Amino acid sequence: MSLPALDKYFQAFWQTLLMVGASAVIAISLGLLLAVVLTITTRQGLYPKPRLHRALSIVVNAFRSVPFIILLVALLPMTRFLVGTTLGTWAAVVPLTVYLIPFYARIAQVSLNDVAPGLIEAARAMGCRRWHIVRHVLLPEALPGIVGGMTVSVIAMINASAMAGAVGAGGLGDLAIRYGYERYETRVMFEVIVILIALVSLIQLVGEKLSRRLDHKH
Amino acid sequence: MSIAALIGAQASLLAPTPEQPLARSAGVAAAAGQPHLVFERLSRQYAAPAGPVHALREVSFTVTRGEIFGIIGRSGAGKSTLLRTINALETPDAGGVAINGVNVGGLAEDALVTLRRRVGMIFQHFNLLSAKTVRENVGLPLRVAGVKPAQIRARVDALLELVGLSDKADVYPSKLSGGQKQRVGIARALVHEPEILLCDEATSALDPESTQAILALLRDISSKMGLTVVLITHDMAVIREICERVLVLDQGRLVELGEVWRVFGDPQAQATRALLRPLQHGLPADLAAQLVDDLEGRPGDALLSLRFNGAAQPQGVSLQHLALLGPDATLIHGGLDRIRGHAQGSLLVSLPAASWQAIRAHGALANGHGADFIEVLGYVPARA
Repeated sequence: MSLPALDKYFQAFWQTLLMVGASAVIAISLGLLLAVVLTITTRQGLYPKPRLHRALSIVVNAFRSVPFIILLVALLPMTRFLVGTTLGTWAAVVPLTVYLIPFYARIAQVSLNDVAPGLIEAARAMGCRRWHIVRHVLLPEALPGIVGGMTVSVIAMINASAMAGAVGAGGLGDLAIRYGYERYETRVMFEVIVILIALVSLIQLVGEKLSRRLDHKH
Repeated sequence: MSIAALIGAQASLLAPTPEQPLARSAGVAAAAGQPHLVFERLSRQYAAPAGPVHALREVSFTVTRGEIFGIIGRSGAGKSTLLRTINALETPDAGGVAINGVNVGGLAEDALVTLRRRVGMIFQHFNLLSAKTVRENVGLPLRVAGVKPAQIRARVDALLELVGLSDKADVYPSKLSGGQKQRVGIARALVHEPEILLCDEATSALDPESTQAILALLRDISSKMGLTVVLITHDMAVIREICERVLVLDQGRLVELGEVWRVFGDPQAQATRALLRPLQHGLPADLAAQLVDDLEGRPGDALLSLRFNGAAQPQGVSLQHLALLGPDATLIHGGLDRIRGHAQGSLLVSLPAASWQAIRAHGALANGHGADFIEVLGYVPARA
């Protein structure tokens, strides 16, 4: 039995950051796009396309129903196709991204739906085209919620990334399981937990601060 | 005016210069008094769980260029729908609205965007973007029209000065009072130099003081810029304050239309009377409790209501006329308002029943008491 060296922690930390960071950038961009499409295609939306809306909604719900660990396995062929391998940190980015897109889309959708209809009406009355309304009204007005949703999503991803150890992605969660659970080194597990708490707290703090700064509603 | 002409007119507005005064060109001023908006047999239905709701039923009327036109009705009377057909935020099921002879309903999106830049709109809840500063809010209509930033800045500065908010340009709307928010709304609505301004309950969310200030501002800009203003409200006081003509809607129907002083002085429709009630000097409750139909020989006072509708004595009520009621008459309640140069209102007068009998017998009041209507409300017995 041996304790991991300090660089093991650094490596695991870096792997977590890489996995979460890369997936977050892709998933938040695509998730936001999906949220906008979901919002504007409702019957009362800017581009009413109820059938498209329903189809997208079903897909989103389907992906949200699958537990991450199962998604991880189910997506292996897709991962192989996209990354060329099913092992390692980059291989974990694919299922994490796919997991996060619908998750984040639903959160962002709530904020977009909360934009007061009166603001959209005022924009139409002033001669805004529909994409102007998305660009100047929907997105900026929902921004505090969109950013707040990012915080929630990134933290949910850190959680999910622990399971990515199953595909040999490494990361903090994997370190904790391998040493803490499989080798009965509880100290390592606790140390990893402390690091995770610090990381999550920091993200929460920064996210809240940013969201508050962007919010001029009050 | 053709759509091409509308777009042409718009193109010239896209390059406003800071030196350009806010006043409309002489050509438009010369056209004052001509029909600007023509509503023809406008109908609109909504599907509701309890069956279709008729928001508008065959409403036809004309708004003259340069006038301040009021639309009043209870909530759900169809005012909001009617107002929104002007800038095609609502589409009528039948009939149509024409601006300068161009039917609004027939416009494609491009022409509609152009049209909406000629029609400003302000709202009850202001509808300012919370994520943008006052300057950005006012400048947004120009920005989406592709106007250059330097020109936007100059134009926004001029408008903020017009509405008295130059010092708030870089503040977010949440830091403003209701009255200030509505000023921003007005500046935003005017930024394209529209020819029409639509006001959707623009003062209903404001305190009385801000209401007065906003109404004064609206009156001021409408005369300065030669704007045609169409406003909807449920508050008759707003109509009295600034409108020239008023249309009363009740359950989607046009029930009354005319000059404000006439409608106020002699309302014809039941709905109009109901809307006017809060402004009228009703019978005070303490007197109402003592009122009897007949004194049955006991001593007491007669209670008379004198109503002035602005027709017989438009300039005001002559004291000489009131003196015909005799030296014992007492003014106890009431008031007069001057509406578009016509004095109108009501006065409650009490006088000893005996004097009243004598005056009536004498016939002094038969013609020339000055009131347009005189009514004996009843008698108040003298206290034992």
